[in-house]
Amino acid sequence: MKQLKNSFRELLRYPSAVVSMVIILLMVGFSIYTMIALPYKEAVRLWRGSEDDWYRYPKQAAPAWLNYFYAKKQPLSFYLSSQEGTAAKTIETNTLGGSNVTITNTFDYQYDDFPQEVVLYFYSKYTEKKPMASILWTKPDGSEVNLASYSLKSTDAYRISQDERLARILKVEEPIYSLFGDPNATTPTPLKGTYTVVTSIILFETDSTVESDFVLHGNLYGLAGTDFMRRDLMIALMWGMPIALAFGLLAAVGTTFTTLVIAAIGTWYGGWVDELIQRITEINSVLPFLPILIMIGTFYSRSIWLILGATIALSIFGLGIKNYRAVFLQIKEMPYIEAARSYGASDGRIIVRYLTPRVIPMLIPQLVTLVPGYVFLEAALAVLGLGDPFLPTWGKVINDARSNGALFEGSYYWVLEPAVLLLITGLAFALLGFALDRIFNPRLRGV
Amino acid sequence: MDAVEQIPVKEPNPTSKRKTDNSLSRILKFSAVRMVSLIVSVVIAIFLTILIANMGGYVDRIRLGEIREGVMQFVNNNQAYRTLSNDERIAKADELVATKAHAQGLDRPLLVRTIAYMKSAMTLDFGQALQMTSNSGSKQVRLIVLERLPPTLLLWGTSGFLLFFVELFVALSISRKYGSFLDKLVVAMAPFSTTPAWFFGIFLILIFASFFHLLPFGGMVDAPVPETFLGYTLSLLKHMILPVMALTLSSTFLRIYQWRTFFLIYSSEDYVDMAKAKGLTSRDIERRYIMRPTLPNIITAFALTLIGLWIGGPILETVFNWPGLGRAFYQAVQFYDTPVILAETVIYAYLLVITVFLLEYIYALVDPRVKIGDGGGIKT
Repeated sequence: MKQLKNSFRELLRYPSAVVSMVIILLMVGFSIYTMIALPYKEAVRLWRGSEDDWYRYPKQAAPAWLNYFYAKKQPLSFYLSSQEGTAAKTIETNTLGGSNVTITNTFDYQYDDFPQEVVLYFYSKYTEKKPMASILWTKPDGSEVNLASYSLKSTDAYRISQDERLARILKVEEPIYSLFGDPNATTPTPLKGTYTVVTSIILFETDSTVESDFVLHGNLYGLAGTDFMRRDLMIALMWGMPIALAFGLLAAVGTTFTTLVIAAIGTWYGGWVDELIQRITEINSVLPFLPILIMIGTFYSRSIWLILGATIALSIFGLGIKNYRAVFLQIKEMPYIEAARSYGASDGRIIVRYLTPRVIPMLIPQLVTLVPGYVFLEAALAVLGLGDPFLPTWGKVINDARSNGALFEGSYYWVLEPAVLLLITGLAFALLGFALDRIFNPRLRGV
Repeated sequence: MDAVEQIPVKEPNPTSKRKTDNSLSRILKFSAVRMVSLIVSVVIAIFLTILIANMGGYVDRIRLGEIREGVMQFVNNNQAYRTLSNDERIAKADELVATKAHAQGLDRPLLVRTIAYMKSAMTLDFGQALQMTSNSGSKQVRLIVLERLPPTLLLWGTSGFLLFFVELFVALSISRKYGSFLDKLVVAMAPFSTTPAWFFGIFLILIFASFFHLLPFGGMVDAPVPETFLGYTLSLLKHMILPVMALTLSSTFLRIYQWRTFFLIYSSEDYVDMAKAKGLTSRDIERRYIMRPTLPNIITAFALTLIGLWIGGPILETVFNWPGLGRAFYQAVQFYDTPVILAETVIYAYLLVITVFLLEYIYALVDPRVKIGDGGGIKT
C-alpha cells in the first residue's frame, strides 16, 4: 500500500502523467454524466430512431461553433412551433361553422448563406372536410410571396425546395434562393432582417384543430453537428466515451489478470499443467487474432459484449504468459515462498497471496498500455462494418462518415470529431502507461 | 522485445567424442518432439478455424441451398422433364441434389466433413472458391491468393523491411547519444505510435486526398491503368505514399523507442565499458558488443515482421482500398467464402510454425550460449 502511495507521488512528477490522469478522470466523469443525462435505452432508441425523431434536424450539418471561424456566416438550424408557443397562433370562429387559424412564424435571419431547406409541418384533426391552408412569405424588404394554398392531410409537410409550382412561378431553379435572396444583389446573397411566414388555415368543422411546426434546416447545428440521417452526432460522441472506456478497460483488465493467474498456476504446479498451458499458448499463437474476430463479427454476432469476450478469450493465452512465466519461475524459488509452504499454506493461497502480488508492478504499466489497443480495436471492427448493431460508438460514426462519402464531400467534422476523441483517449492511456513503466520498472529508469 | 531470459550455461563435457554424440542425439530428439508438438498445434488451430469459418455447419447448409436452387432451375427449365408431373419433378430434383451433395461430400456428418476439409487444407489443396473470383475470372483459390499476394508484398514488404532496418539503426545510433534532441523527440513521440496505422490513414486521406487533392484516396494504380512501365510505376508509387506514411507514423517511434531502450540496457553491461576502456571505436562497440548479444531478438523481430506480411492489415487495406490479401480475407468473410478464409489461415499457420521451428536453430547458430534442446533460453 505504502509502495503504491510512493509510486503515485512519483507519478505526479511526470507532467505527461499528470495531464493524462486529468484527461482520464475527465473522461470518466463525462461518461458518468452521459449515463445519467442520456440513459442507455433512450440513447439507443434515438440512435436507431426514425424520421419522426429527427425531422426537426438538418441533414449532415456541421457543428454551430464553426461559425466563429467562417467569414461567411452559415445559417443555424431552428424551428418554431405553434404547440410550444414559439409561433403566434390566433383563432377566430368563422361563418362556416369552423374557425380561422392564423399561425405567424417570425424569425430574424442574419446569415450570409442560404439554408438547406424550409419545411412547414401541419398536424390537423378533422372528421370529413380537410382544412385549407395558405402560406404567405414576407421578406425583410416588405415584398410578399404566396407560397401555396392547398387542403391539408392530417399530417402534412410542405417543403419549399420541392415545390415545383412555386419554382415555376418564381422562375428560379431553387425557390429558397428567391425567397431569401436580395433582389438587388448581383451574386446570390441572402437578405438580412426579419422574415414573417403567415399561415392562414380555414377549418370547416367545430372540433377541428390544427398545429404547425416551422423548420429551417440550416447548414450548422448544435455542438457536434448531424449526420446523413439527421441524427445529432452528440449522442454518439457522448455514448462513445463510456463504451470505449468500458471496452478498453474491461478487455485490458480481463486479459492481464487471467493471463497472470494462469501463468502463476502453470508455474506453481509445473508438470502436465504447465505443459498444457504452454501448448494452448502455442495453438493460440497460430490462430490469427484479427481475422478470427472478423469472422466472429460477421458470422455470429456483432454484439460488443460477444466481441469483448472473444477478444479476451483469444488474448488470455497470449505471449504475456511467457513473460510472466519467466518471472514466476524466479519468484517460485525465493525463501519466502518456502516459508509459506513450510507453515502449511495451501496452493491456492500461495498463488493468490504470495505469487501474483509480486508481479503487480510489472502488470500495472502493461495493463494501462494495453487499453488504447483495445479501444482502437473496437473502432477498427466498427470501421469494417462490424460495430455493435445497437450502440452508438465512435467507430460506427467514422464508418458511417466513410461509407457516406464524408471525405469526398468535405464533411470533415463528421470524421474528425470521433477520430479526435479516439486519439485523445488512446494518447491519455499511452502517456500514462509510459510514465508508469518508467516508475515501476527501474531498469528503464533514467534511460 | 523483452529482455533475454536467463540462459543456463552448461559445463563442457569431459570427452569431446561423447559430446558430439550427445549433441546429435539431443538435437534429433528435440527436433522430433518439437516438430510433432508444432504439427499438433497447427492441426488443432486449423480445426478450430474450420469450425468457426463453417459456422458449425451453417456455411455447408448455405451451399446445399445453392445446389438445390440450381437443380430446381435446371429441372424446371429442362424440356426433357416437361412431361413429368410436379411430384415426379421434385423427386427427380431431390435425386440430383443428393448426387451433387454426395459429390461434394455434404451428406457426411459434420465431424467427417470438417476432417475432410482439414485434410485438403493442410495438404494445401484449397480447391474452388465459393463466390470470389480472381481478376482473370478463375475460381481457383490458389489463383485468387497468388493474385492478391504481390500487392500485399509490395506495400507491407517494402514498408516492413525498410522501416525495420531504419528503426534498428536509428535506435542504435540514438542509444549511443542518450539525452540528445533526437532521443528526447523519440521518447516524446513514442506514445503517438500506439495509434494504429488505419487510423492515421483516415487522417492522411482527409488531409492529402480530400483537402489538398494532392494524392489519391486509395487503390493501387490510376484508372485507366497507365500503359507504359514508367507511368505504371509512378502511379503505383503515388498510391503507396499515404499507406506507407500511415504505417510509418503508427509504428516507427514506438519501435525506435523500444529498440533504443533495449540497446541502452545492453550498453550498460560491464563488457561494453571494458570495450570502451580498451579504446575501441564506436562502430566496433556497436557491432561486436551491443548488436551481437541482441542478435537473437533482432532476428525474432525480423521473422515476425516477415510473417506479418502474410495477412497484412485487413483494416489498413480496406481503408486504402488496397487489393491485397488482408482485404481479400475480409471480402472472403463477407461472402462466407470458407475455402479462401481457410487458405489464408492455413498458410499463415504454416509460415508461423516453420519460422518458429527454424528460429530455434538460428538462435543456436548465432548465440553460442544457446543449445538446442537445453530447455532454457528458447522463446517462441
